[in-house]
Formats: sequence, C-alpha cells, structure tokens
Amino acid sequence: MPKLEKGILLGFYFVQFLTGLSDASALFLVACGLSLIFGVLRIVNLAHGSFYMVGAYLAYYLIANFPQGAFFFWAGILLAALTVGTIGIVIETLLLRRLYYAPELFILFATFGIVLIFQDLSRWFFGAEDILGQQAPGLAGSIDIMGVLLPQYDVVLIVIAPLILVGLWFFLYRTRWGILVRAATEDREMSDALGVNQSRLFTGVFFLGSCLAGLGGAIQLPKGGANLLMDLNIIAAAFVVVVVGGMGSIPGAYLAAVIIGELSAFGVLIFPQSTLVLMFLLMAVVLVMRPHGLLGNAEPEVQGAAKMSTATLKPASKKLKLLGLALLILLFMMPVFVGSFGLVLMTEIALFALASMSLYFIMGPGGMVSFGHAAFFGGGAYAAALTVHYMQTPMELAILLAPLLVGLVALIIGWFCVRLSGVYLAMLTLACAQICWSIVFQWGKFTGGDDGILGIWPSAWASDKTVFYYLTLILCIGGIMALRHFIFAPFGYTLRACRDSSLRVDSIGINRHRHQWFAFTLAGTFAGFAGGIYVFSKGNVFPDVMAIPRSFDFLFMILLGGIETLFGPIAGSAAFTWLHDQIARIDYWQLILGCIFILLVIAFPDGIAGSIHTRLGRYFED
Amino acid sequence: MKNAKIFPSAILVILLLLILGALIFWISAKSDVFPGNTIKIGEIQTYSKLTSFTFPYRNGWQLALEEINSAGGVLGKKLKVISRDDAGEPGTAVTIAEELILKDKVVLLMGSFLSNVGLALSDFAKRNKVLYFATEPLSDALVWRKGNRYTFRLRPSNSMQNAMLAEEAAKNEAKRWATIAPNYAYGKDAVASFKKLLKAKRPDIEFVAEQWPALFNINAGAEIQALTGANPEAIYNALFASDLAKFVREGKLRNAFKNVFVVSLLTGEPEYLDPLREEAPQGWLVTGYPWYDISSPQHKKFLQAYQKRFNDYPRNGSLVGYNAMYAVYHMLKKAGSADTEKMIQAMEGLTFDSIVGPITFRKIDHQSSMGAFVGYTALKEGKGIMVRWNYADGKDYLPDDAQVMKLRPQ
Repeated sequence: MPKLEKGILLGFYFVQFLTGLSDASALFLVACGLSLIFGVLRIVNLAHGSFYMVGAYLAYYLIANFPQGAFFFWAGILLAALTVGTIGIVIETLLLRRLYYAPELFILFATFGIVLIFQDLSRWFFGAEDILGQQAPGLAGSIDIMGVLLPQYDVVLIVIAPLILVGLWFFLYRTRWGILVRAATEDREMSDALGVNQSRLFTGVFFLGSCLAGLGGAIQLPKGGANLLMDLNIIAAAFVVVVVGGMGSIPGAYLAAVIIGELSAFGVLIFPQSTLVLMFLLMAVVLVMRPHGLLGNAEPEVQGAAKMSTATLKPASKKLKLLGLALLILLFMMPVFVGSFGLVLMTEIALFALASMSLYFIMGPGGMVSFGHAAFFGGGAYAAALTVHYMQTPMELAILLAPLLVGLVALIIGWFCVRLSGVYLAMLTLACAQICWSIVFQWGKFTGGDDGILGIWPSAWASDKTVFYYLTLILCIGGIMALRHFIFAPFGYTLRACRDSSLRVDSIGINRHRHQWFAFTLAGTFAGFAGGIYVFSKGNVFPDVMAIPRSFDFLFMILLGGIETLFGPIAGSAAFTWLHDQIARIDYWQLILGCIFILLVIAFPDGIAGSIHTRLGRYFED
Repeated sequence: MKNAKIFPSAILVILLLLILGALIFWISAKSDVFPGNTIKIGEIQTYSKLTSFTFPYRNGWQLALEEINSAGGVLGKKLKVISRDDAGEPGTAVTIAEELILKDKVVLLMGSFLSNVGLALSDFAKRNKVLYFATEPLSDALVWRKGNRYTFRLRPSNSMQNAMLAEEAAKNEAKRWATIAPNYAYGKDAVASFKKLLKAKRPDIEFVAEQWPALFNINAGAEIQALTGANPEAIYNALFASDLAKFVREGKLRNAFKNVFVVSLLTGEPEYLDPLREEAPQGWLVTGYPWYDISSPQHKKFLQAYQKRFNDYPRNGSLVGYNAMYAVYHMLKKAGSADTEKMIQAMEGLTFDSIVGPITFRKIDHQSSMGAFVGYTALKEGKGIMVRWNYADGKDYLPDDAQVMKLRPQ
C-alpha cells in the first residue's frame, strides 16, 4: 500500500486508475478484432497474436524509414495496420476459405500452423533482437495530475479506444455492410440463404479484424516495442477479454478490457504476486455467474457440439478387430524393430494417445471441447510426483493414486464446466487449468514451483526401457479400451444423446448435466492416469505440463487424427509426436512444421484416420 | 455406408504406422554408422525462443569449435556438435537428451538457458550417468541444493552475481529499498538472495515494496506506480529483455528513477542494454559484458575473430558459448578419453585460461569460477555502455566448503 502524504494520495489513485484505463485500451484494440472475427466467421483465430506482432514490427520499420514528424509516425502506424489486414486477406482467401466446411475446430488447428509459420518468418525478416519502439513525436513527455506523472501517450490510448469502439458501432449499425455482418453473426445460414455473398463478407470481416490486430500491435510501440514472444503473450489475454465480454460483442470486449485493466492496476497494489492468475480468476468467476460473458448472447442451438461430429460411432467390424489385433501384436513386437530411443518415443506416443483419447471422450461423444485438458494430465503427473516425493510411495501405488486424486479435481471443475456449452465451456476449462497451473507455479514450498520436482524414477523392476515400454503399453491400451467400453456402453449412448439433442434428452427425463459431469470426471481421471505414468518416464515434472500449450497439443493430436473415428486420437498423437521429433532437428523447424500442419489440414479435412476411412472404409464392413 | 465411419480407417493408419516404424528403424540404424574419428557433443538450447541471447550464444560456441577443429581437434579427433532446440520446455529437453544419448551417441550434454530445463537435464544426467555441462542456467539449486556429480556449471550463479552487486550496493546510503523481478524461480531467487546479502552487510536497510510481474508480460505503468507509491530510495531490479525495456521507458516517463539508486541484475548485458539505445539508463549498478572496453590481448583476439566471422559484435551469450566450448576442449584434453568417469575426474579441478581470465571448476560443487563484469551504466554516443566496471572473479564469491557441505546432498 502506498505510503504518501495525504495531498498526493488522491492523485496517486487517480493516475493508477488512468494507467489501468490505458492498459485496457491497448488490450481492447487487440481483442475487438478477435471478437469480430469470431462473431461472424466462428473461427477461434490463434493467429491473431501473430498479426499483432507483425503489426508492431512493420510499424517500427516503417516509422524508422520515414522522415521524422508526427504525421509520418501516425501514417506508419496506419500503413502497418493496413498491411497486416492485407496479409489477413491473403490468408483468408488462400487457406481459411477452404476450411469453412470442415469441422469448426479444425480451423483452430490451421491457425496454429499460421502461428508457427509467422514465428519463424518474423525471426527471419525482423531479426532475433528485441526492439524498443519509437516514442510518438510530440507525445513523449508526461503530464502532471495532482502531483503525479502520467505519460502523455497513455492519454492518447485512453482516447483512441473509445473512438474505435464508437467507429465500429457506427460501422456495424449504420452501414449496409455492417447490417450484413450482424446478420451473419446472428444466423450465418439464413443470411447465406438470402443471397448475401458469404465469401466476400468473410474476407471483409477477416480484413477488418486483422487490421485491428495490426493496429493494436503498432499502437503499443511507444509503450513497449516488438519482440518474437509477443504473439503468444498477448493471445491468451485477448481471448480472456473476448470471452469475458461475450464472444462477438464489441462493447462487451471494451467493458471486459476496462475491468481487467483496472483489476490488475489495483491488484498489484494489494497483492503483487497476483499477476499470473488474476485475469483467469476473473474469467472463471464471470463465466460461472454469466455463462455467455458480460454482454454476450446465447449461441444458437445448432452451433458447436452437434456440428462437430456427423457420423455415428459404431463398434468395429470383425475385419477391423482382426486388424486391431494385428496392430497390437506389432506394438508388442516393437522392441525388436526399434532402438532404445524408438522405445522412448513410442512410450511417449502411448501416453499421449491415452491422454488425447480421454479428451476425445468428452469432445467427440460428449460434445464438450476442453482447452484445459493438460490440467488433468499435468495434475496426474504432479499427484504421482508429490506422493513419491513426500511419502516415498512406490511407483505402482503412485500410478494408481494419481487418477483418483485428479478425478476429485475433475469432479469439482466439471461441476462448473458442464453448465456451459461451446466455446464458453472451452474457455472455462482453460481458466480452471490456468488457475491450477498458477497454484502449482506459485506454491513453490510445496510443489517446487517452476524448479519442479526431480528424481521421480520408476521402481527398479521397471527401470529398463523395454520393460517400461511394455508397462506403459499395457496400461495405456487398458485405459483406451476402458474408454472405448464407456463409449459403447449405455452411458456412452446417453452421452451422445445429450450432445445431439438436449431438448429430447431433457424431455425423456435424463439428467443431462449429471451425465456430462460424470463424463468430464471420467475424462479427467484417465488423463490423470496418463500423467501419472508420464512423470515416471521423464523422471521429473515441471509446471509446463499443465500450461496452455500442452492443452492445445492434445487438441491438435485429436484434430490431426480426426474427430470422427475412435482411432483418430491414437493416429493423431503418433503423427504429432513423431513429426515433432523429426522436424525439430532442422533450424527453422517451426516454419516447416507449420506448413506441414496446414497441408495436412487441407489434404485431410477429416483428419488422418477420418480421411483414410472415407476412402477405404467400405472394404472393412462385415 | 454413411453411418459406418468407425474403425475402417485403421487399415491405412496401420500402413502409415508401418512406414513410420520402418523410418524410425532406418534412421536409428543410420545414425549408428558414423565414422569413428569424431567426438560427438550434444548441445541443447532454446533456439526457437529467447533468440536475443541464444543466437549469439550459438555463434560463440561455433567460433570456438571452428578454432579447435582447425587446430587439429582434440585427442586426434575432430569435435562434432549436434545442436538441438528444446523450445524452453523441460519435458522436451529430456526427450532430446535421450535421443542424443541413445541415437546420436554423444559423449556429453551441454547447454540450456532456463533454470528448470537445466535442472531437468541435470537430473537426467545423474540417472543415466552422463556428463551434463550447464552453461547458462543461473539457478543456485543446480550445483548446490540439487547438485549431483554428473553436473557442472559455467556461469556464476544467481547468488554469486547478487553477492557481487550487494557488495557494491551496500556502499550506497539508500535505506528504503523496493524490488521488482519476474514472477518465476530466477526472479524469486534473485530477490531473496539480494535481500539476504544486503541485509547482512547493512542491517539498517528496510525493504518497503515488491512487485512480481509475469515474465514477458509486465504491466509496466501500474507496477512502477506501485513501487514509487512506497517512496523507495533504491530499487533492485531483476527484469530482462522486453520487460526491462518497458520498465525503463515507463519509469522515466513517470519519474520513478529520479534520485533513486537502481541495482539491476543483468542490465549491462548487451542483449538487454543495446535495444534501449539512447534511452539506456545512467548510473545503474549492473552486471554485464563491456566487450568494447576489455583490453586483455586474449579478449582482443576473440573480438577480432568474432567480428570477422559474424560481422557483428559479441553479446554476453557469445562469451558464455565461447568459454563453454573451450572448457569442453580442455576437459577432453585432460581426460584423454571420452569416457564419462574419466571426463568427470578431469573436469573436477580443471583450470584453463579463458578470454576473461583463468576459470577453475571446483571439485566440491562443480561450479566454475567464471566471474562477471560489475559496473555502472552510462550513455555514450546514443548507446548504453558500462563504465567504472571491474571483473569480479567468481572464486571470491563462491560459498566456502562448510556451506557447500551443508547445501549439497552428499
């Protein structure tokens, strides 16, 4: 708490308030484009952060090469924003347009490919060094407010954000194009049926959204600069703003940005350690209280879950079961074929397959997309590691305890999450995962913080790589078969019924939430099981096993494999892990991996397993 | 038909898996038939992130490697470095380490930037009985609390660098101190050890405020306000990279550094000081690397060779990378073999002349005596530099044997 004389104290709090407001403005400028794109295109655009980063770099170099002066400074910023918008057009027409008919989440995967590509391209174009942005000419000083200084540029930001807000409002509510955009936001199919040129509309919206991202990056130059980490640093915050405000709602985004800005401005005064978790805590609270964000509307019923999966899951035919058996035998013979590192990789693939299968269990049959599944995987790893570390539990017991402990956590988180649907549900799981992560990260005395827990190795009998491979294989196959059993048990059918028609399920007296809650807990438990084994394969655990990128890895494994078959997650995790390992030896590996992902997305819009099925499936019917 | 999208896909996937298996087999078989006239070293570093440090680092060891190999290598063999990116993730680093050991058959591991990656590799080394040479991680735990006989470390640790700073900082009159550091282990350790060391020298000092911004996500305006609200006479800062740049700019605009003595842990390193250009702070007490000002002939030779090879000036990372490769070279020469036990014996107590003076790896804790440059920042021709600096030799700041025995698991 500040220790200042009374006279200056008021100024101190007022300036702190204005500082929060200017942070909010910077946040809003990034988030409003994201919200706009989501509202119309229904794309969860991970590449938005990349546009933000490119905007910052472009503006920096434009301004540096222009003559001095205020006019050229602002011209540079605008030009950078427009250039980023143009890049957006190129990406939309060349890539995203091809994917609108694929499952919606598949586009998420494509945008992740774009993120990877932009990471390496920016490094190549703009260099490895961090850049400090130019000061705005004429606005490089500070103003005195009741004895406390506030940078002039903060005032500019505070003014610009509401101007953009009003401009967007005018555009959306007072122009013909805006009306079409709103119509598409409300009901895409209907506006299509009425003859609105969808692709032109989508391109336009994507251009505008990308422009705003670029503008956000360019306009924060005097407050910071440009570096290669800023894309991933901003994207989580931008999503939180969009979700808290209500997806697609621009005023909501502004409101959310202001709340977050002020909360963190005053939060650091009271509790400086809160910087990691404050935002996500707010998002969790808001979503529990208001399931569609502050100013958001309910998603139309047809959206989300039902669209994700069109085919009905059926148990495998006899021929396929034989094939599965052959595969199983092959897996058990693997140690003969591959070297010891091959086994290490296969062990990892098996564990990821179980973890992504557990995510698939709630995503496919359950219709609940989770962006925070790593919390359970990492939670299992931590549960096992902590019991070993503090109670010298033997490995066998720790592997059993891990899923039970994680199951309890999943029970609690699930209770809140199943009340939501679609992207909001996904974002609540993300918030919960981030809260779990920050507990592990911050509670250094108990969990070791980011120094992690070391020396968690398997029992003596399992320490040989081949033995551990067999152990993992048996446990993972057991887990996957158990999940398969649940899917084809009456419980699984009920779950799919809950996904496909909540109305009918309700009317025949099935307790929808309870089924989904149970499925969520089950998925968490199995992910925890995989995590518990994982920690023994690595020998250590660090908070990054629970972090956001790991959650998305699981998601990508499923999407890569294909959401429509049970075999998808297994094929996906094998392909994902193997690709990563092979590519990571090359210098610009992110660029290559990103390109491969995008090619896969275009070539196999149903995922690897799904595409193979469509082509060859008929040979395997009984 | 339409409803049958189930397992059928398995067939092609199995085919794919078979091809995949064959590929893995082929690649692992291929890597075993390397000619026997090289000594392979596995190098793991965060090359896809934190590039402002890791790229110059790579240049540094590459230069040393070229020098060593063109002078005939070591033990009659050439050195070959297999360099991999860990993406800053401990789990990835361990997988890569296994790959390097099992598939590429490297004789030792070196590298890593983040402390948790270093700790993961060190634990891996202990388990698999391979030598791990940590070059950059600063965490104290690496060689002390969680030290093991397979792990050696080059850079002066977090607490060693803080001891260097605290010694100088204690001379300042300031009594009311505030701290700001990134909210992860490095920052927390830095603040804790600086507080302890300074308090030991100056019991009259009080710490009045602290801020813990998220790494690379500082909320500069609000956090600086919060610091100045406590009216400190001095600030201890452990921020680096983009956080540091925002801190400096915002702090100047808000007058946070006027008449305030600032101690700033890594700010003198060109990686972090140079991006600030004409806004570089003046009169801050820092550790860093004044490459432009070091007059020893060895360093001059290095500087010339580096500038010629890369058409760029060296950063602190280059210095670390260069010294690391030479440490490996001297160790191998002394060991006379690439056997892990022999290498450990050779590395314990190894002394060699580096471009910044002699470096010794202590037997008792495997920490090297490489020091750091301590000095004050200043502006010269629109660029931040270090002035009034001296090279603080690490050996003067290492914990004594009794302390090590207490800290290090025996």
